[in-house]
Amino acid sequence: MTKDSETDHDHTDHTTDRTDRVATAEATVPPSSERTTDLRPGADNCYKCTACDTSCPVAEVDDEFPGPKFQGPEQWRLKRSEDTDIDESITSCSNCMRCDSACPSGVPLSQMHNTARGEYVEGMSKLSREYVRNRILANYGRLARIGSRVPRLTNFVMSNRVTKWFNERLLGIASEREFPAFATQTFGEWYEERGGPQIESEDRRIAYFHGDYSNFNTPEVAKALVRVFEAFGYEVVVPEQRCSGTPMFANGMLEDARRAAEFNVDTLSALVEEGYDVVCSCTSCSMALRQEYPELFDFEGTEQVAAHTYEALEYLRLHEDLDGALSESEVDGEHPELAYHAPCHARNQGLHRQALELFRELDGVAIEDVGDSCSGISGTYGWKSEKYDYSMEIAEEMFEHMEDADGTTGLTECPTCAMQMEHGTGYEIDHPLEVIEKAVV
Amino acid sequence: MAISEDVVVIGGGLAGSVGALSAARTGASVRLISHKESTLRHASGLIDVLGYPNGGEQPVVNPFDALDELPTGHPYSVVGASGVRDGLALFDEITGDLYVGGHTDRNALVPTQQGTVKPTARYPRSMAAGLASDDREMLLVGFESLSDFDAPLAADHLEAAGVPFESRGVTVRFPADLRADAKLTRFATALERARTVRALAETIEPHLDGAERVGVPALLGEDDAAAVRADLESRLGVSVFELPGGPPSLPGVRLADRLFEALDSAGVHVSTGVPVVGYEAEEDRITSVLVDRGSHAPHPYHAREFVLATGGLVGKGIDSDRNGVREPIFDCHVPHPEDRYDWFLDEAFGDHPFARFGVIPDDELRPVDNQGDPEFENLRAAGSVLGGANIAAEKSGSGISLATGTLAGRLTREAI
Repeated sequence: MTKDSETDHDHTDHTTDRTDRVATAEATVPPSSERTTDLRPGADNCYKCTACDTSCPVAEVDDEFPGPKFQGPEQWRLKRSEDTDIDESITSCSNCMRCDSACPSGVPLSQMHNTARGEYVEGMSKLSREYVRNRILANYGRLARIGSRVPRLTNFVMSNRVTKWFNERLLGIASEREFPAFATQTFGEWYEERGGPQIESEDRRIAYFHGDYSNFNTPEVAKALVRVFEAFGYEVVVPEQRCSGTPMFANGMLEDARRAAEFNVDTLSALVEEGYDVVCSCTSCSMALRQEYPELFDFEGTEQVAAHTYEALEYLRLHEDLDGALSESEVDGEHPELAYHAPCHARNQGLHRQALELFRELDGVAIEDVGDSCSGISGTYGWKSEKYDYSMEIAEEMFEHMEDADGTTGLTECPTCAMQMEHGTGYEIDHPLEVIEKAVV
Repeated sequence: MAISEDVVVIGGGLAGSVGALSAARTGASVRLISHKESTLRHASGLIDVLGYPNGGEQPVVNPFDALDELPTGHPYSVVGASGVRDGLALFDEITGDLYVGGHTDRNALVPTQQGTVKPTARYPRSMAAGLASDDREMLLVGFESLSDFDAPLAADHLEAAGVPFESRGVTVRFPADLRADAKLTRFATALERARTVRALAETIEPHLDGAERVGVPALLGEDDAAAVRADLESRLGVSVFELPGGPPSLPGVRLADRLFEALDSAGVHVSTGVPVVGYEAEEDRITSVLVDRGSHAPHPYHAREFVLATGGLVGKGIDSDRNGVREPIFDCHVPHPEDRYDWFLDEAFGDHPFARFGVIPDDELRPVDNQGDPEFENLRAAGSVLGGANIAAEKSGSGISLATGTLAGRLTREAI
């Protein structure tokens, strides 16, 4: 060892405290226990490998979109040193979070995007068409509460050509899209009508976070969850709840998201206290509760709810022998060939292969993966007139693989991926829980 | 308790992928857990076995002749020449016509985007026409907005390296409307449209001037690369090849995709997006690895045998801070000098001790403790997490991954 380095050594020893903190910030992946709302360590972790940019489905088709690396660490750094406004291109990020699963260095890209988008939207004119349209799309659940009171009338109006023309011209909502029909009976109404939980249990109890879509539009998915969990001996309670916030994050409506999240955390944390785990049937809902809430908010109980939130299949695989149950059952011919699309948000939770793994072992069902592309709709992204074409271009690969599949039934956990799959192919789209219901109930 | 397989492989790079494929050969159930998308997406796509055994100036002609020169404790000394051959054979089987080089033991010399010549054992078919041992006149074509690759400089650099052919470089405008900072992937996607290939051929054609082969950065298509290159070749009437470069690397993406297809058709369960953060053990056997799932208590994945293929210091399979160097999942023994000023040399390109840091395997690839005994009965290690090799200097990373991954997979399935 040279004299120089020895001097350096002595010198640095005095500053161990400070440098140890830096060393932590540079650690591989910040474990969830070290998660922070401070974006500095994440920005510093970026070594500009561009894995995020090359995994971004929007950047692949929209040449105006600079990509996640700019939206995340680079923009964050620009903001630090000068008084720079958030670039408008942040509104083109669809919040699919593919960048998160691509980054080899633990940069919290989606958290940076959510934060930047919130800041950008704060500065937007509240009277602009884009703001009004985005607010409406982000708050779909509030409108659904009203619309579903008179489902037949709402369905008639929303599928009306005049309404579509009006939406396109006045609001910038793509007229090519069919508004999802409201069910004549919501899941909540059904659940109440059947008299709530059919099983009471001290050690097997879950609180079902169904989200708005399966409540108002696809109650058969929510009913399947209840029946499947009851078949495994679970008490299923359905607490009052608001939108998970996913479409609000994606549109930078952080105040709306905050209100919804606070309500949900308040209700769910009380149940977690009583020994209930929170279970979601939508992978974006589970993503919001367990990742986005703690990244963006700090209400009392946020971490506790996150720590007890699961996606439905994930929960049953961990706590029950779902694999065993399925490999011993069979489904009669109703589901000949399922074309499965894994939602991007399932990917980030390590869940994007579970339906394939489970159903490959299930007799009477054939399942085919339609590839690893994004479905392109990303919640509200594909509903915007100016994004519709990009949305369909992103989905092209998925549509092709679906067309190549033997059957005409699609399968996915995500309600908006399902909309896109149906929109592009005309297939009927099921949820994995509906298949499990047929096998084990 | 329900998530359970015969074998769990941790790490989705080259070593982990071939480890999983090798383990799955006789029908064992295998799960591969990868924290993120494969880091192969950043790799050049070249499969080096051994280029510079002792940091010498001249590459070795035949890696198999130089295996004996390697220091004791090198992973190749554990697997032996037959282990290297087994690894390459499995790779050839998996990659099929995507790769060439298997006709000989000798190193091929592949020109890179930097204008260097890299000794390598296997290379993508798309690079075959560029070999430096071929004496045909070469034209390198770069694109204005792709500043990573300077074609005239690379051509000069090749000539200065003494290649047996004339080499020229030209920079042209890419014939598609791409933003100024567009990534390679956008060029690749643009070239999957026939009209862009036609326009590119028209752009290059006036510069040919007798050149018998044309090299471009590796961006000739992503999913349909062979067809894009064939189309360009037929329009230009000369051979076309790709030059390997840094990330994002399409040859790396294509290799990662091919490995994933192989894993999927072998029935290997693949979990990505979640890191392995710990394990559970009974006496000297690991019973499960624990996977971080957001805020949760880590979830267990049970298996009878485990393979550690998490990479080295760069891949984060080996972690360090100023207090020491460690293997973060199982805390396997990683020998290193106590004084961190002994971890490196003053010369930037010296033979740094840190380059060889990693776990030490026994003759069955089980990481051993400081007494030389296996840390666990049922844990094997493969790839860059193994110590003893300076893979960057030797150009041996892929070969070590293939050889140790293949052997670890075989020993694992034999142990079940």
